[in-house]
Amino acid sequence: MPDLFAAEESIGEPAINISIFSAFVLVTLIITFQASRTNKTAADYYAAGRNISGTQNGLAIAGDYLSAASFLGIAGAIAVFGYDGFLYSIGFLVAWLVALLLVAELMRNTARFTMADVLAFRMRQRPVRTAAAISTLAVSLFYLLAQMAGAGGLVTLLLGVTGEAAQAVVVVIVGALMIFYVLVGGMRGTTYVQIIKASLLIVGAFVMTAWVLGKYGFNLSALIGGAQDLAVDGRDVAAPGAQYGATGTSKLDFVSLGLALVLGTAGLPHVLMRFYTVPTAKDARRSVVWAIWLIGIFYLFSLVIGYGAGALVGPERILGAPGAVNAAAPLLAFELGGTVLLGVIAGVAFATILAVVAGLTITASASFAHDVYANVIKKGQVPPNGEVRVARITAVVIGAISIGLGILALQAGLNIAFLVALAFAVAASANLPTILYTLFWKRFTTQGALWSIYGGLIICIGLIIFSPVVSGAPIVEATGKSPSLFQPPIDFHWFPLNNPGLVSIPLSFFLGWLGTVLSKERPDELKVAELEVRSLTGIGAEKAIRH
Amino acid sequence: MSDPNERRLLTPDEYLQAQASPEFVELKRRFRRFAFPMTFAFLAWYLLYVLLSTYAHDFMSTQVFGNVNIGLLLGLAQFLTTFVITHLYVAHANKNTDPIADEMRHRLESHEFARRDGTGTSEGATRA
Repeated sequence: MPDLFAAEESIGEPAINISIFSAFVLVTLIITFQASRTNKTAADYYAAGRNISGTQNGLAIAGDYLSAASFLGIAGAIAVFGYDGFLYSIGFLVAWLVALLLVAELMRNTARFTMADVLAFRMRQRPVRTAAAISTLAVSLFYLLAQMAGAGGLVTLLLGVTGEAAQAVVVVIVGALMIFYVLVGGMRGTTYVQIIKASLLIVGAFVMTAWVLGKYGFNLSALIGGAQDLAVDGRDVAAPGAQYGATGTSKLDFVSLGLALVLGTAGLPHVLMRFYTVPTAKDARRSVVWAIWLIGIFYLFSLVIGYGAGALVGPERILGAPGAVNAAAPLLAFELGGTVLLGVIAGVAFATILAVVAGLTITASASFAHDVYANVIKKGQVPPNGEVRVARITAVVIGAISIGLGILALQAGLNIAFLVALAFAVAASANLPTILYTLFWKRFTTQGALWSIYGGLIICIGLIIFSPVVSGAPIVEATGKSPSLFQPPIDFHWFPLNNPGLVSIPLSFFLGWLGTVLSKERPDELKVAELEVRSLTGIGAEKAIRH
Repeated sequence: MSDPNERRLLTPDEYLQAQASPEFVELKRRFRRFAFPMTFAFLAWYLLYVLLSTYAHDFMSTQVFGNVNIGLLLGLAQFLTTFVITHLYVAHANKNTDPIADEMRHRLESHEFARRDGTGTSEGATRA
């Protein structure tokens, strides 16, 4: 679709956008170098020595979680579809209660570096670790794909970069920076990048929110009225159903999405890994509380920003811009504050993508090095430095893969919030049932864990492959393209929903139960006792490193 | 689980003893008594909201004041309940579970849950 990416459609002053972004990169690089001085052991590299404070970690979690999907995708969905975009943010927020009440503290008390540390705790190590590592890599790659797709769209819009080759160069730069942060800074460097980014993002969103509300006399009703005036085809933007209300299938899709969002967060490996960077379970709790407040307030901002973009820019201009729905927030920034505010918001959006992909890369590389290499291949007989060396190599490989995927993703015009929702569906299907069973069901066995992880993963990804996401979605008149990955006449879809959560999550819970009751193996009672006592009392939990 | 000396502060037998102790049973009960019903409640409330948004379009579109309708208010109520539940959980943990957990952890660290008759050993245990 090169015709949509015409040069005159880029907005603002690319030089300003680039210089603000460069300033962010420079500052974070310096901090990353500083952070690298204390990177000595595996605990430093994977978990920032476990001496990030609860408050800092809350900010870093917000930085990790408020991805480009949250900032650009949700605001865009609200701008174009109104109310239905709001549901994303509610699902993303409520999901944190699962993490707070059931997962964060218990995982902090029992794991060292990865999700698999807990899942394999009382099971046969090698098969469960392998399964958990595979699903960690799958979720992280899905999420990376979404972020890279976001980077592509943003670049077109903000830097005035046109042509696929030039866009590919930008994705390579983003990828190279991400690899650098992870290699040099490890988890501590990544954490600082996320903290800075979260602060910038929340301040930026606050400024835009106050500005929009100021224009409407701090009257939400007037703002919605403004958005309503410009709505496409007289669509009711304040009422549910604009995006999903058309047919019985799309309604079911909405429910499926809602389920995946609320159950996905507590199964996201890069979110879980953040809990290991604090000294104690109490700090893990404190960090989730901070995260909930920051994320909740940010989503309230994005509601205003979304309706503001709908009212002040209008859905037609948004959909006509390169990047489509993802362009809503940058276009609004330009409308409000001209090139400077746009430059700031663009810089923040880039920072967002960088910080999130760095977090994903360190999680995926830690899982490969710690779970697959050190514990499965080498059976634990590996010096800690060897493990970190493998983690660094893996980070480069994963960085390269995500650069490749990102370049491919440039051509797909999917809403990135939607792509992230698929990552949530995979996390909720493959990871969450096993996490909950491991922590709360004594009888749960290795076979149950394997059935649930592999079953959830295969069903979820299988259903996505045969869904309209990949092939067979009808052509949209505005773009003349099908939103599917493959364009017509290729059509092999038979699963009607875009989001598989409604089917795959309950099936994965069921498989975990079935695998357990059908297994001949008895749970290891000593290990069950150890896990239970450790998870609730914090005895034997990994300590912070003093430098 | 590499390096057992570093990882295992206590013997398996101590963990069994601790798990069976009345204070641990109470700790577990207090933790679950809050977390499980609350999880059920907020998930039910969230799913109700999703289902209403999907299948009760007219009800959710009912305007309350100006352009603000029931759907938007219920959505904002989801934010409110999330903040409230967060606060309730922290208060519950500070008041009801942390004191037991902290006390048990200290006693475990000094191996008070080892069997006194000598059948359970504490070899391999290291300082916390």
